[in-house]
Amino acid sequence: MSLLRITNLKKSYAAGSEARQVIDIPEFNLGSEEQVALAGSSGSGKTTLLNLIAGIILPDSGTIEINGREISSLSELARDRFRAENMGYVFQTFNLLQGYSALENVLLGMRFAGKTDRGRALELLARVGLKERLHDLPRQLSVGQQQRVAIARAVANRPKLVLADEPTGNLDAGTGGRALELIRSICAEERAGLLLVSHDPAVLGRFSRQVALGTLNRASGQVAAA
Amino acid sequence: MTLLQIIIRNLRQNAFSSALTAFSVALAAALALTAWSVRDQTRSAFINLDSGYDAVLGARGSKLQLVLNSIFHLEEPVGNVRVTDWEELAQNPQVAAAVPLAFGDNFRGFRIVGTTTNYFQHSAGLKMAAGRMFDPEAREVVVGHFAAKKLGLQIGDEIHPYHGLTFQEEHQHDEDYIVVGILAASNSPADRVLWISLAGVQHMGGHSAESAGEVSAVLVKLRSASAGFLLDQQYNRKESRLTFAYPTGRIMAQLFERINWFDRVLTAFAVIVSIVAASGISASLYNALASRQREIAIFRALGAHRSTLLGMVLLESMAITMIGVVTGWLLSVLLIEMISGILSATVGLTLDGFSLHPALWIIPAAYGLMGALAGLVPGWRAYSSEVARGLSPQS
Repeated sequence: MSLLRITNLKKSYAAGSEARQVIDIPEFNLGSEEQVALAGSSGSGKTTLLNLIAGIILPDSGTIEINGREISSLSELARDRFRAENMGYVFQTFNLLQGYSALENVLLGMRFAGKTDRGRALELLARVGLKERLHDLPRQLSVGQQQRVAIARAVANRPKLVLADEPTGNLDAGTGGRALELIRSICAEERAGLLLVSHDPAVLGRFSRQVALGTLNRASGQVAAA
Repeated sequence: MTLLQIIIRNLRQNAFSSALTAFSVALAAALALTAWSVRDQTRSAFINLDSGYDAVLGARGSKLQLVLNSIFHLEEPVGNVRVTDWEELAQNPQVAAAVPLAFGDNFRGFRIVGTTTNYFQHSAGLKMAAGRMFDPEAREVVVGHFAAKKLGLQIGDEIHPYHGLTFQEEHQHDEDYIVVGILAASNSPADRVLWISLAGVQHMGGHSAESAGEVSAVLVKLRSASAGFLLDQQYNRKESRLTFAYPTGRIMAQLFERINWFDRVLTAFAVIVSIVAASGISASLYNALASRQREIAIFRALGAHRSTLLGMVLLESMAITMIGVVTGWLLSVLLIEMISGILSATVGLTLDGFSLHPALWIIPAAYGLMGALAGLVPGWRAYSSEVARGLSPQS
């Protein structure tokens, strides 16, 4: 059974008086616990695709099923809840809350899913090697450590699917490599599927299944050309 | 983390602007609480003062002036009453007591009042703190609590009265009086007065010979309310040369009705200041949210619903408001105590900063609502923020 199934997904944005299509994906599937890398350059619509899958934005047409649930048919409230309970998101810029400690960032990830578990948060931060930095604010951590907090936060609610948007884009090669391995191993341990987008061949090369977003998304060329 | 912890964290992150906004609310709340409480307490102190007397008989003139002068020891006397008028009133079977008062002298700005020892028997709440009552045949003085404290008078001290109701050094009388008693604090106008015998004022050197046969006013204690209406008709007829001020509370209420416009101005001022404070909260939160767009977007990406964010901003706004109201209440206690000090020095009445007053629940409730309304605009901004844009990398 597919963890993620995308069918005839289309999304366009208004550009002046005309609509500019940025996503046009006839079909895409991600198996349960599968780890897939989407190769996408800037302007290929990768962030829009991840936001569509996360239910942050809605498609113009087509369907996105996660674990058999068609998310665009859900109300916004149900979508937010579904996202909190079933999906983790790792951003290129980490998107940690700057006024909150590493531990609080992970706890906040749990709060909106309604299952705050301090023990699990401590366990996850220890797992990503930040046992001694629990109460440090993001600015007191290195970029690599910040990304590790973001990874711990993304898997805090035992999501079925983790979305990673250029997770190593702001890291040097060594740190990026370690962060990538951490994401992959944690997703495997947590039995979560992983959909990672990147334009870095070194990152893409570590995945057995790679999909070129330019091929998958028929609107990629239009986005890039715009 | 609970929503409350998130709100506290947000307030701490914007501590300076939160504190400044809360302070502006505190000033507005303090003004509203003080204005309301002082107005009501002052009104009550003047209207409901239990002097022990029901009415005042004086020379023809303003009833208000007569009451202010005879009971509150403010204003100039309206004129004099013949001793025979006092004696006639005292013999009226409807009158329980008629106590004469004679004004005209002071000691360093504090009024000296001549009366009989009966005054103390019928006055409510007057007790001797030290010493004894003056001997009507001797030059002895009993001093009110506040006057004794301010003048530093003690039992056995000697004073020389000054002529007139205002202190002028060159108008000192030759007579000397010995302090024989000091009254306990009564929080009434009597605290500011020095009491001597009626004859003492009537025969003070330099006073006219006529004053020996006159008193300034007569305080009246009635046996029944109907007696008051009868005496009112008897003394206040057109051709009378006397004025009967009854009931004293209603006459004082008329004073407050006359200055009602001032209450309205003060209330309007308090409302305007409150609206300005509410706008301050709104602007402060709105501006703070401008720098929190990413944070809001992250909350949304983590699964926070729009309504959670709206509620969070509204609660933040209400929290700032409530911090301001509590601080404002503390400020109002200080302000009321300061005003009480001024009132005590000028009139002898005191106010209580901790008095239980309807304003203590109406103002917080109104401000709570105001805080929620002030949070609506910034709350809407949080509610309608675009997640995808907020999450995008910032250059």
